[in-house]
Amino acid sequence: MAGSGTAHLRPAEETLLRVEDLVVEFPIGKSGLKVNAVSKVSVDIKEGETLGLVGESGCGKSTLARAAIQLPRPTSGKVLFEGEDLTELKGEALRRVRPRMQMIFQDPISSLNPRRKIGDLVGEGLQIWGMGDKESRNKKVDEVLDAVGIDPDAARGRRPHEFSGGQCQRISIARAVVTEPKLIICDEPVSALDVSVQAQIINLLQDMKDRYGLTLIFIAHDLAVVKNVSDKVAVMYLGKLCEFGPPDEMYEDPVHPYTAALLTAIPVPDPDVRPEDRKILKGEIPSPISPPSGCRFRTRCPKYQDKCAEEEPEVREVRPGRFAACHFPLEPGEELDFSRSPAAAEAATPI
Amino acid sequence: MSPRRQRKSLDTDERFPSAPLEGALLEVTDIKTHFRSPRGLVRAVDGVSFSLERGRTLGIVGESGSGKTVLSRSIMGLLPKKNVIRDGSIRFENREIGNLGPDEMRNIWGSQMAMVFQDPMTALNPVMRVGKQITESLLYHLDISKSYAEELALALLASVGIPEPQRRLREYPHQLSGGMRQRVMIAIALACGPKLLFADEPTTALDVTVQAQILDLLQAQQSERFMAMILVTHDLGVVAGRADDIAVMYAGKVVEKGPARVLFTDMKMPYTEALLQSIPKIDDKSHTRLRVIGGRPPALINPPPGCRFAARCPYAQPKCVEEEPPLLPASTPGHEFRCWFPVGTPEGQAALERNAAAGTTAAVEAAVAGDGANAAAAVPSGGSD
Repeated sequence: MAGSGTAHLRPAEETLLRVEDLVVEFPIGKSGLKVNAVSKVSVDIKEGETLGLVGESGCGKSTLARAAIQLPRPTSGKVLFEGEDLTELKGEALRRVRPRMQMIFQDPISSLNPRRKIGDLVGEGLQIWGMGDKESRNKKVDEVLDAVGIDPDAARGRRPHEFSGGQCQRISIARAVVTEPKLIICDEPVSALDVSVQAQIINLLQDMKDRYGLTLIFIAHDLAVVKNVSDKVAVMYLGKLCEFGPPDEMYEDPVHPYTAALLTAIPVPDPDVRPEDRKILKGEIPSPISPPSGCRFRTRCPKYQDKCAEEEPEVREVRPGRFAACHFPLEPGEELDFSRSPAAAEAATPI
Repeated sequence: MSPRRQRKSLDTDERFPSAPLEGALLEVTDIKTHFRSPRGLVRAVDGVSFSLERGRTLGIVGESGSGKTVLSRSIMGLLPKKNVIRDGSIRFENREIGNLGPDEMRNIWGSQMAMVFQDPMTALNPVMRVGKQITESLLYHLDISKSYAEELALALLASVGIPEPQRRLREYPHQLSGGMRQRVMIAIALACGPKLLFADEPTTALDVTVQAQILDLLQAQQSERFMAMILVTHDLGVVAGRADDIAVMYAGKVVEKGPARVLFTDMKMPYTEALLQSIPKIDDKSHTRLRVIGGRPPALINPPPGCRFAARCPYAQPKCVEEEPPLLPASTPGHEFRCWFPVGTPEGQAALERNAAAGTTAAVEAAVAGDGANAAAAVPSGGSD
């Protein structure tokens, strides 16, 4: 997998958010070691697009999105949001940007303060920014609650515990859109929900996007969900970008071996697909403290060659519109046998 | 602590005299588990029956709160005594085990039936080495020496695909990754060769690639040991290719059960249909509008009369709100469902068309007031294909 490089980025003036060579490292005590959470990743989003971020846990997808909104500050790299470099903004100037960027979290119940009423929770952003007078703020809160399918009159005075998980996620969405942001980061917004509720929330996010003209970063580990919501998908592995491209083509015909590995592992709700016939990826993700040299996916990759250990692949346009960081990308229709990766045993070192 | 002395080798255990190999391994009849709560009686499992043959896999599918976990724990006898009301019969190898206390169940846990839990980190003891956690049940149930138990533990760890098992035996759970921990959990569950394995959401906490590895492992071990397995999950994709039979639970009841293939291709219960339709499919184009099940499951305290799915069902008719459908047999043997207007029948089609024409269903008015907007959304999502 994996690489640095910016070949896939579109001209800066066309994008709402452009993340360039972002690095996030977390030092481990005074040991001098560090966790390489995100290593020189570049992505961009046009206004009105949804960017899906996928990968296994520990691949840095959440860290990338959070560092983009400077929570935490990246170690290095540039984050251009509406032409401003957020990494250079400080204090009040950075705070001024915040209402234009919002976040929706995975666990809807714990992301709402249990002691506050729904009306206050949703309206807090407006109050902090002094948007309008009290009456117009209340009107706005009612409007967004109504838009997410919550009855404002019944909900305003109630507290989060009186709502189900799906309803709490609707309230979180209302809270995110109330300041009329440009960009919303959805960090696994449906992972904690049941399938029937998951579908409601996905459709709702789509409606909100159309209604308020939002741009979304959608983080999830469920590839089917990501495909459904995204215009562009970025696949990450161990802090690096593997593949970037439109979801329909990517899922039909992956270019990067890791994307193919993820796609083979999905459980399919079809009794005619015998799961034991699939050649699934073996081993586990290596430690981000001392990642493999060269391509970080090489320890589990069936296409491994010596070059992969020596030289890190850069993101390049493998086929028109299809970007991947791989020395030996897949040909169209090529199938890989992941059960025979050369160094599967080595990759099994624990995290 | 007490019954350590009572331990027996499996072959000489008089409580399990060489059980006959014919007949169902597990036979559950009309099992009910209700919890007393300050707000009333919570009917978590409300009359579930099924039987499971040796070597077969039963998938239990349902949303959270449908009672699937409480059901498996009721069978295992893992629920507290206090404030729990239980009823119904659980026969394991033709013996009633529903009324056994923890002391007697202790001889069954591990050796006859075992469980793999959802979260391996909280299910393993964090201050005990992995090796000791595996040998614990071996030493308890089998009349073997400590060194032989350690040999067995080593072999078990190797068989569940843990590299360097010798080293892992000496490690603590926090030194292992999530997938490894789940493998250790499986090794512990398999240690004494149980005849029945419960896997309660065994892969929910794991990544998709690790999930596939763990499910493959469970399946391989099951066929190798001719073990029966109950696979509890909310993900239809997990059970699709792996279970022989599937039971779909909704609000404490089995609403449809049958052979896996029939359930996916010729489902009769509108809930099963809706559940399958609401999953985003990997083959669909991006931005495909998902079909939703409006509303949410009913409260388990004083559930509504009639069919429990009626409030969210696009097929609902007045009869559904008034009278609860029994489990009716379908054309395929073993396929049963709980519906007055089943999917894919003339009655069902007529009910659906009537509702589409009326723009509402008979149950919408009966829906919970606070959820009215969502319940109404159930109607346009209807329509079969």
